[in-house]
Amino acid sequence: MKQFFKKCYLAIILIFLYVPIIVLIAQSFNAGKSRAKWEGLSLRWYGELFSNASIMNALWVTVSVAVIATIVATILGTLAAIGIYSMKKRPQAFMMTVTNLPNTMPDIVTGVSLMLLYIFAKVERGYFTMVLAHITFDVPYVVLSVLPKLKQMNKHTYEAALDLGATPAYALTHAIIPECKQGIVTGALLAFTLSLDDFTISYFTTSPLVQNLSTLIYSATKLGISPVYYALSSLMFVVLLVLLLIVNHRTADNKD
Amino acid sequence: MIDLTLPAWAGWAMGCGLLLFILMVALSVRRNHGIKRSLFAMPYTLWMFIFTLLPCVLIAYYALTDANGRFTLDNFRSFWDSNHIMRENLRAMGGDEMAATVARGSVNVDTLVYSLWMAFLCTAISLVLGYPAALFMADRKMKLGATLVVLFIIPMWMNFLLRTIAWMSLLEDNGLINAFLEWIGIGRRQLMYNQQAVLLGMVYNFLPFMVFPIYTSLSKLDPKLGEAAQDLGCNEIRTLYKVTMPLSLPGVISGITMVFMPSVTTFFIPRVLGGGNTRMFGDLIESTFKTAGNWNLGSALSLIMMVLILISLSILRKADPNGEGGGIV
Repeated sequence: MKQFFKKCYLAIILIFLYVPIIVLIAQSFNAGKSRAKWEGLSLRWYGELFSNASIMNALWVTVSVAVIATIVATILGTLAAIGIYSMKKRPQAFMMTVTNLPNTMPDIVTGVSLMLLYIFAKVERGYFTMVLAHITFDVPYVVLSVLPKLKQMNKHTYEAALDLGATPAYALTHAIIPECKQGIVTGALLAFTLSLDDFTISYFTTSPLVQNLSTLIYSATKLGISPVYYALSSLMFVVLLVLLLIVNHRTADNKD
Repeated sequence: MIDLTLPAWAGWAMGCGLLLFILMVALSVRRNHGIKRSLFAMPYTLWMFIFTLLPCVLIAYYALTDANGRFTLDNFRSFWDSNHIMRENLRAMGGDEMAATVARGSVNVDTLVYSLWMAFLCTAISLVLGYPAALFMADRKMKLGATLVVLFIIPMWMNFLLRTIAWMSLLEDNGLINAFLEWIGIGRRQLMYNQQAVLLGMVYNFLPFMVFPIYTSLSKLDPKLGEAAQDLGCNEIRTLYKVTMPLSLPGVISGITMVFMPSVTTFFIPRVLGGGNTRMFGDLIESTFKTAGNWNLGSALSLIMMVLILISLSILRKADPNGEGGGIV
């Protein structure tokens, strides 16, 4: 009885979380344009999606920004984590404060402050400034996912590699990095998802001429949003879901 | 599709950065010892300095200057009294008597107080709804823990703006919920464009941020502790109260921060579901920057919010001195 009650409670919460998503997916198949009226099943919006230049452009901006930001942030963050790990206590504490700072700043403040930086440096906002902003909010997450892995590692691994004749570069790539590979992958995945879904920071750091999906949707809401966007997000949702299943399947295989 | 040519300044900046990095590495190569590893953090330090610390300083700079770059406290006065500038102008034109009749404009302060209240409500509701959910998920008899976590994460992959817009289709005057209400005989209601709708949207978007940290700290608990309490004569409710809840406090605190912060600053949810009837502080900052183009006042508002958040964070940290709050990962 108690277990049944617990399951019911969780089911209700999950229904609450999923209802809007189901509504969105259903509406992406609605033949009519109205949100309120069901006019029959159709793939009309999926067809229009691929011929809509501004959406395709925004999709390209979103994905390319996320890929570039993730790659740069992962390299920068991994190196930083190794550096911070081998620092003395004082500078280490300072670096940790700096790393945690963006976490305590709301998105809107991060966005506004970067916008002020670009205004102050007289840099025109656009694609490149957006990439810089995304790298900036991604890096701390990579650092914070790699550092714990380094702390779990045996302290003397690096010295041992050197004693056994490895060059520092070889010891780094063959002793340290494989040890924290899991943390690097987690950090990179986190960075990619954050970057893909970001609205607030992109909104303040780009120009109206370079839109990613979120800022495009934002400007579309003012005019009344077209079901094409529902089709797009349903597609992206399914793609991510399939990717998750593949990754899950692979990790399950590795464990066996 | 997209012009990827870099502006000239970017080329220069990257060149300088690279040179600096090579120089650092070269300087740090000590004989027989190889590269000093702590210098790996150099590019990151540089990056954080330019893109995190410097922008924070710039917010303070813009907040304390006027449009001509002269030092002033007017922006903070305008926060306290939105009619401040008008009164000054009247005085400058010799209309002292008229200036005296201009009352204090409290719109900015009111918006801030209202936002804090809404964020408090959102956090409280999320905690009340989220704690039992996390507790049941962490229940070892459920055997579904990991799957449930994934089920809570998946909705977040749908674009957050679209998820909020989807609520419009549900809450609209001729939306699904109203159709249902009419069908069961209650009749249609105005569900959108009010405070409850905004609150619903906020709880919907931020609830997972409350559930994850609490779940993390609950699932790390040793089940033997609860068993011991029951052996010593505690009933289930008392065990929950005296053992489980205090031990999950770090997770609760981390959840509260993760819900409270975005709810004070959100500007999309009140705009879509509140329809401009309810204005929140994030909304105000956004329109001050983007619509009014007043960077100085906008910076002052951002600064005030940042200080408020830092104060509330440090109060919360006091409750959790070990800082063991579980994160999402």
